[in-house]
Order: sequence, then structure tokens, then C-alpha cells
Amino acid sequence: MAPETRAYRIRGAAQLVLILFGQSIGFIGYLLTGLFRDNAWPTMWPIIAICWYGLGIVIHIGVRVAIPYADPIMTPLVLTLTGLGLAELHRIDLTSDTSPMLYTQFFATLIGVAAFLAVIFLLKDPHRLKGYPFLLSALGFVLLLLPLIPGLGTSVYGSRIWINIAGFSFQPAEIAKIVLAASFAAYLADKREVLSSAGRRVLGVDLPRMRDLGPVMVMWGLSLAIMVFENDLGTSLLFFGLFVMMIYVATGKASWIILGLALFAAGGAAVIRFAGHVQRRIDFWLHPFDYPDDATQIIQAQFGLSHGGLLGSGWGLGRPDLIIFSYSDMISAALGEEIGIVGLMAVIVLYALLVFRGLKTSLLAMDPFIKLFAAGLSFAFLLQTFAIIGGVTRLLPLTGLTTPFLSQGGSSVIANWLLIAILMVMSHRARSPLTQLEVSASGVTELAEEHTQVFSTRELAQIGTGAIHPVQSITAHQVRLGPDGRPLDTVDDTPKETGADTPDWSGDEELTQAASVPGLGMTQPFTPFTGDHAQGEEITTHLDPASATGVEITRHLDTASATGEEVTTFLDTAPATGEDASAPRPTPPDTRTGADPADDDYFGRGTE
Amino acid sequence: MNRHIRFVSLVSALMVFALLGNLTYINLAREDSLEASPYNTRARQADFDVHRGQILAGDTVIADSVPSTDQSSFTYQRVYANGPLYAPITGFFSYIYGTSRIENSYNRDLAGSSSSQWLQHLIDVASGRTPQGASVVTTINPTLQQAAWNALQGYDGAIVAMDPHTGAVLALVTSPSYDPNLLASHDLGAVQDSWAQLTTDPTDPMTDRGTRETYPPGSTFKLVVASAALEKGYTPDTMIDTPSSLQLPNSSSWLSNSTNCGDTQVTLARALQMSCNTAFANLGAALGQDAIRAQADKFGFDTTHLPELGGAASRFPTGLDDAQLMLSSIGQFNVAATPLQMGMVVSALVNGGQLAEPYLVDEVRAPDLQVLYTHDTHVTQVVSPATAQSMQDMMVAVVANGTGTAARIPGVTVGGKSGTAETDSDNPNYAWFVSYALNPDIVVSVFLQRDEKTPVDLWGGANAAPLAKEVILASR
Repeated sequence: MAPETRAYRIRGAAQLVLILFGQSIGFIGYLLTGLFRDNAWPTMWPIIAICWYGLGIVIHIGVRVAIPYADPIMTPLVLTLTGLGLAELHRIDLTSDTSPMLYTQFFATLIGVAAFLAVIFLLKDPHRLKGYPFLLSALGFVLLLLPLIPGLGTSVYGSRIWINIAGFSFQPAEIAKIVLAASFAAYLADKREVLSSAGRRVLGVDLPRMRDLGPVMVMWGLSLAIMVFENDLGTSLLFFGLFVMMIYVATGKASWIILGLALFAAGGAAVIRFAGHVQRRIDFWLHPFDYPDDATQIIQAQFGLSHGGLLGSGWGLGRPDLIIFSYSDMISAALGEEIGIVGLMAVIVLYALLVFRGLKTSLLAMDPFIKLFAAGLSFAFLLQTFAIIGGVTRLLPLTGLTTPFLSQGGSSVIANWLLIAILMVMSHRARSPLTQLEVSASGVTELAEEHTQVFSTRELAQIGTGAIHPVQSITAHQVRLGPDGRPLDTVDDTPKETGADTPDWSGDEELTQAASVPGLGMTQPFTPFTGDHAQGEEITTHLDPASATGVEITRHLDTASATGEEVTTFLDTAPATGEDASAPRPTPPDTRTGADPADDDYFGRGTE
Repeated sequence: MNRHIRFVSLVSALMVFALLGNLTYINLAREDSLEASPYNTRARQADFDVHRGQILAGDTVIADSVPSTDQSSFTYQRVYANGPLYAPITGFFSYIYGTSRIENSYNRDLAGSSSSQWLQHLIDVASGRTPQGASVVTTINPTLQQAAWNALQGYDGAIVAMDPHTGAVLALVTSPSYDPNLLASHDLGAVQDSWAQLTTDPTDPMTDRGTRETYPPGSTFKLVVASAALEKGYTPDTMIDTPSSLQLPNSSSWLSNSTNCGDTQVTLARALQMSCNTAFANLGAALGQDAIRAQADKFGFDTTHLPELGGAASRFPTGLDDAQLMLSSIGQFNVAATPLQMGMVVSALVNGGQLAEPYLVDEVRAPDLQVLYTHDTHVTQVVSPATAQSMQDMMVAVVANGTGTAARIPGVTVGGKSGTAETDSDNPNYAWFVSYALNPDIVVSVFLQRDEKTPVDLWGGANAAPLAKEVILASR
């Protein structure tokens, strides 16, 4: 059962090759547009090539220096999408009267990349964001509701999700999705135990307790308000879906999903019934051909996709001029017409890959806040992409959201680069052996959830001899150890400066003690497991708390099962590999390896 | 928590698959209907850039594409040689308003994008030749078409001529008509003006009165009732009660004859010859509505015909009471038929009781003259040969010495049946004459509609029959 230990290497070369390859897809599109439309290479192409590939190399170097262990596929994916978007915007420039969007969009991308670099160099620890849940929530809600302020918000094609400041238009939802993902993560990481508590059981489903419904109802009301007053189903779906998904991940209770879907369906049905403009959007979606003058976007997008066919009309040979907002909301239709249904499918798969890399980061992370934050950002990104591409292709009613990295629009580009930056910092921390070593050097390991403890057989042997001891974990308060293995404090939440050679605690709050740290006072040795179990075999031992006097085996403080908890232990003879041999501590953090990834309660690193 | 994140990944994957599946659906299931949509300017733009195939009437080109000489971005200009004359057949080919009739129903062949032309299309593209569409050869006889057009001048209505043995439509004229060149113009502003003018014209010049509109067939429907009677064992000599007027059952209305049929009994042949209303009212009541409807449906009622033009289905109403049945038996009440349908009734009777399904397109020819499609005649027996022969004899008597004498041609066997339908004083009245001639065999259905231009009532025998005669003469 025990999978092999996986250590992540720095994949610099792979990242660079993928970046250049991905960038070339959009660049070739740019060249073909000129070739197909004018039978000539675009005159500017050498300068464009230098700027474009230069940008990719700068990003590569930035990532390599600041966050070398970060997922090597994310930046190539983002640059592929950016390139496709720039090429399509350039192509739309050629048949429209508006000022060239290629340069403004490239400039926005430069600012986005600058923001990206700033984050990866300066935000060493995303955990710091956890400290301000209420400030973040308030900021997020204000951002979401900004477009409703008269004179500030502007209505574009029925959706009131833009604000206009000093001539610059801005979609606050773009930033709000990051801010709210952080605030939800902070709130839920704190309250997940409480929210897990079951309320009444109805039809075989454990409903949450009534008093825990407050935040859900707030989000529900907010999302319905967005639907009614901003007339945008996509934005509404984005934030409510994000919240419901995060509360599910935090608590593991499917009832939250059921409750969320039911609330959204009921609220949505009521809104559709009583708000005529929302009903109109639904009609445009279901019967666009009954409204040939009003549903032109949807109709033309359909015509474009079907006329482009499987392989597309070719770069520069479609008719984006027939699609209103082909450069923003509808860019996936404009692109799909020219690169074909197959090409658009490939773009969707690029988005999917990006999302799954983000979710992978969430799986790898140790800390519940980081896990929730990463999963939230990834899922918000997916929901946004789903809502807008689904709207354009008539899977859903059309919304006014931007298509990440493709759509024209500075706020969208910058916000999404920030989102990727945060995900990549988290990815770097999750994958970096240095982080692990720093933590183990300090004598502290994060075990985010204390259901289970994992030992290697070598450790089990050491436990048997009393050389090491299983974790002492106290969920309600924390144990911190100094370099000498002595507890620094037991109750104080705030990090303390304990000496010149004390590592930085980085504000970690839920620290637990690793098994590999000797010297914690144990009055009674732990009964060792003997070697007559097969390698990797799963051993489950029920410990009666009474018989393990003085030893508090890691335990899940669930009131429903306060006694006779089940502690699942895994055996793994495979020593941790791939760690830096020159690391200061000889004992690798084996506690993180070897778990069955299918085990729901194991909270360590998964396998790749 | 990891299990829950994995579940979220699964949900995410399903959402991605929903997007991909929906795109597949657009491509597989919706592409044809989207491409055919009249709003689809892209498809039309593409059609405007190919050398569109010709539409022919025999050897005469009635729609052609020629290289564009104007300043527009379009490569070819669609030209209709005699636009108003052939408008109900060709339809129009407009950038803004889409296509109609054969331009619409044979669009894929004409544009060279039909599945049978894909290989040629590929070779053309690869060899740098401009792909050219296939030609559509119609069954229309230009001489007859022109004769019918000339005959119809001064009336609103339609004339349909067909070959009774094959079902080939030889002439299809509707009046008033319009010039499809006005809509095919590359001057899109002028096209919009023309469209506005044509669609608001009270005389409905874009309406095809021959195949797409149904009208009360009046006494011409007596051919169907008489055929049903003969099939039920009646003979032309069977005597039928024919009072000079008849009170409709459970009604205060009286039905009377508009010709002199006496006040006793007449034979079935005489009743048809003189178009005796009371005789057919009684006959219809005796046969029952189901028998009449069954016979009408065999003749082609309740089915659409000439789908390439979007032809309408004629109908005999259901759920009639006795009074309604009597009125329906003389082609009034809610009986509605296209001029094409009434021509089909005569066709079947002339063709030994076998109805040849009407058709308009003989063949589709690729630019290299390879034939991509030819029509196969499809016939069904709708009355017995004996009934057909009796009906022919009775129709000849109508022309020889009845209500249709205006269609008489010395030395030629001509048969027919007149019809005059009046719904009420506010509605226009309709005049019909359905007829045939032998050697060469031809069926001509004439339909006239009263409007402001014709201040007096129209009569089938007086007004419609001479038009049929002109067309028959032109066929000889």
C-alpha cells in the first residue's frame, strides 16, 4: 500500500522549454494571421518576437530564482493562454476601428507579470494572509458590491459588474475572487471543527446545525443580490460555488453541497420568476433565435463555432467582426471559430490543466489554511472559466465574466497573474525540501490534522527502543519546541523569540510535534510493533486511552468519538529519498511519506 | 481533507467534460441547422464567394452567377434572367435576408458544399481553381411558363401546369410576382429598401399562390366527391336528388344551385357537368365525411408536396356536422387546397387513376456535367382505372357542353372542372379551373383571386377557363 516517497526536483529546463513552446503557439498564430490576411509576414514581427519571448525568459528566471520548486507547468500554461489571447486580439484589431488592443493588452500583461514577480519575491509565506479574515471578507464584499454604487458601476450589455474610475474600467470580481478565497480559507480553517458538527439528520443526510448556517446565508444573500442587481449569473455562481466548495473541503460534509445547491436553485428560481431581466437572459440562452436582435452575441457565437467547424477557418479568416464583444466576453467564440472546435477544446484542456495543478498544490500543502486557499483559488478560476466559456457556447446563460488570460482587460490580466503567483508560491513551499528541512531543523513539523500519525518501520523500531516517541499532539493548544527539544511553551499562540539560533516560526499557529523529536517527557514507553508484519501493511490498533497513560496519541478531538479512537498506523520501510544529503539533520521527515493516498484522514503529502 | 479536494477535482473534471461535450454537440448535432439558419451571414458570406451553380428551366438558365463588377467585396453576382417570371421557383439569394425556394433547398448543391461534391471541392481547392457549385435543372418548360405568365396578366392568382404521367411541374406562375435581382444586389442599402417595400406591399408579391397557399377549392372539389362516389359503386348514370334549393340540416341556411339543374333528380355526370350544388351536397351526405376525406387524402390532401418550395398541405376538415359536410362536399366551409393539389387530382384521373407525385427538380449536375441526382417518378393508385376513365368522360362533358365551354379547343380532347368559391361578402372570391388536354397530355390548374383590380366577381368558367385554354394551346 505504501507508495514510494516522492521528492520534487527543480525542473528548470523543462519549464523553460515548455514556456518557449507554449509561447510559440500564440506567436505562430500571430504570424499566420498576417500570412493569411495579407500574404505577408507582419512587419513588426522581429520586435514582437523579442518582446514576447523576452517576457517568457524573464518569467522563467524570476521563478527559478524566487520559487525554484514551484510547479513547472503553470507558467507555460499561462503564457500559452496569454499568447493565444494576444494573437486573437491582434487579429481582431485588424478588422475593427478601435485603438489597437495588442499593445494595451501586452502592457497590461507586463504589469501583471510585474505583480507576479513582486508576489513571488516578496510573499515568502502565504500563511500571513490568514491573520485578517474579517478584514479580507469585508474587502471582498465591498469589491463585489462596488458596481452597484451609482456613478461608479457601469452596465455593459445588461451585466452590471464593471466599475469605472477615471476612465479605466475594472471588474472588481477579479480581485474579489482572490480576496474572498483567502478570507473563506482563514475563516474555515478556524471553524472547520465546529462546522463539521452534525445537526439533524433528514433523509439520510446530516444537516448542519442551524446556528452554523449564518455565513452560508450571508453568501447566499450576496450571490442572489449579484444575480438580481448586477444581473450576472456567472459572478453569482462563481462566489457562491466557491464558498460552498470550500466549506465542503473544510468540513467534508456533503450536506453542505446539497444545502448549497438547493439554496442556489431555490433562490435562482425565485429570482428568475420575479426579476424580468434575469428571465430575459434565460430566454436568450434557451431560445436565442426567437430574439435575433437581442441575443446576437449568442447567435453569432454559435454561427462562428459551427461555421469554423472542427478545424476552424484558420487564423485571421473568421468573422469576429460579427460578434459583439469578440475581444472580451466572447473571445472564446472568436478564437474557436478560427482555431476550430478542436482548438477551443485544447484551450479548455489548458485551463483544466492549470486548475488541476492548482488542486494538486492544495493536495500537497500541509496547512489547512493553505490547502483551502489553494483549492479555493483553483476552483474559483475553474468556475470563472466554466461560466464564461459555458455561456459563450450556450451551455449556460451568458455572463459578463472575462476569460482568464484571453480576454482584453487589464484588471483581469493583473488579477489572474496575482492568482497564479500566489498558487505558485504555495506550490513552491509545498514541494520544496528546504521548507521541510527548515521545519524539521527547527524540530517542528506541521501536521495539519491530527487524525493519524505515520511511522517508518525504522522509526517504529526506534519507538520500540524508546529512542523516539510518537507525536504529542494537542489540538486545542500548541506545543513548541526549541532546538534542544524542550517545549518552549504550551499555550501561547504567538511566536516567541527564543534565541539567536531559533528558527523563524513564521507565524505558524497549529504546530504539532514531530515523532522524530526525542526527549519529550513520556512516562511509559510506547508498545512497539514488531517486525512480523509485511512491508507496507496497514496495522490498526485500538488504543484505550486508559491503557496509554501519560501518552496522548494524536487524536481527533471530535466530541462524537471521544473515546476509543482509532489510530491508523502505516508501515513503510522505504527510507525517504531525494532529500538533501547535506541537510543538517540526519533524520529525514519520514512522517510525511508512505500514507495511502486514498485514506481520507491522512493529511500528509500525496504522491505524484 | 485530501479526499474532499480529490472530490472537488472530480467535480472540476466533470465541468470540463461538460464544456467539451457541449462543443462536440455543437459540432455534431447542430452544425447543419446552424449553417442553414437564415440569420447566418457567415455561411452566406462563404456562399457569396463561391461560383454558385446555375438553376435551369430545361436549357434556359434562369439563375446564374457572374463575376461581380461592382465595388463590393463579393466575388460573384447572382443574376436572375427573367426574375419575376421564375421567382416562385428560384426564390432569392440575398446577403441580408438569406435564401428561399430552390436557392434555399438546393443551397448545398448550388454552393458546391453538398456531401456528393466534397471530393471535387477538395480537388478544386488543392489545384487552386475556384470551386464551382452544381447546376439544378428544373422541370419547368420555359414556353409554357411564359404562356402562363402572359395569360395571368391582369389577375392575382396562380397557374400550375404538370405532366400527369410523371408529376413533372411544367409551369408554375404566380401573380403578382417580384424581381429576386432586387434582393440579390450587392448594394445592401438598396436591398433593405426593396425588402421593406416587398414585405409591406398589400398584394403580397413574394407569396407563391401556386404551392404554398391554400384556398377554398369550390366546385373543383366535386371531382374528389364524384371520384369517391364512383369508387363506392356509383355510376355516372346514378340519379341524385337535386332540388333547386336545399335547407341545410339543423340550420336556417339554404343552399341553392347557381346553374339550372332542375328541381328533381339528375345523373352524377350531369351534376358534375352543370356543377349542381344540391346534388353534391346530398351525394356528400350519402357518402359520409370519412369516405370523402379518405379519397381526398389519397389524392394528396393532408400531405405536403414539392418540399423544395416548402409546399403547403391541403386539407379536408374533420369532425363535420351534417350541414358542414354538405358545404364541404361542394368545396366550401373549411376545405382548403393549393392550386397544385387540385392539379394533382386531375393528373391522377388522367393517368389511369395513378397519382404521380409532383416534382420540380429533374437532376443536379456537377460542373463537369456528372449527374449527382436524378428524379425517380413515384406513383400510387388512388382510384381504379374505370373510375378514372369515367371521370375523364365527365370532365370532357364539362368542357364540351357544361360550365367549362370557354376552354374548348376544336379538335383537341379537353376536360376540366370549374369552381367559384365565395366565403362571405367581406372576403375575396376565388375562381378556379382545373383541366387537362390529351396529345400531348398536360394538366393545367388555374386559380384566380379577386382584389381591387377586379371590381366584379370572378367565375371559374368565365374567367379561369380561358387562361387554361391559352396554356394548353401553348403546349401544342
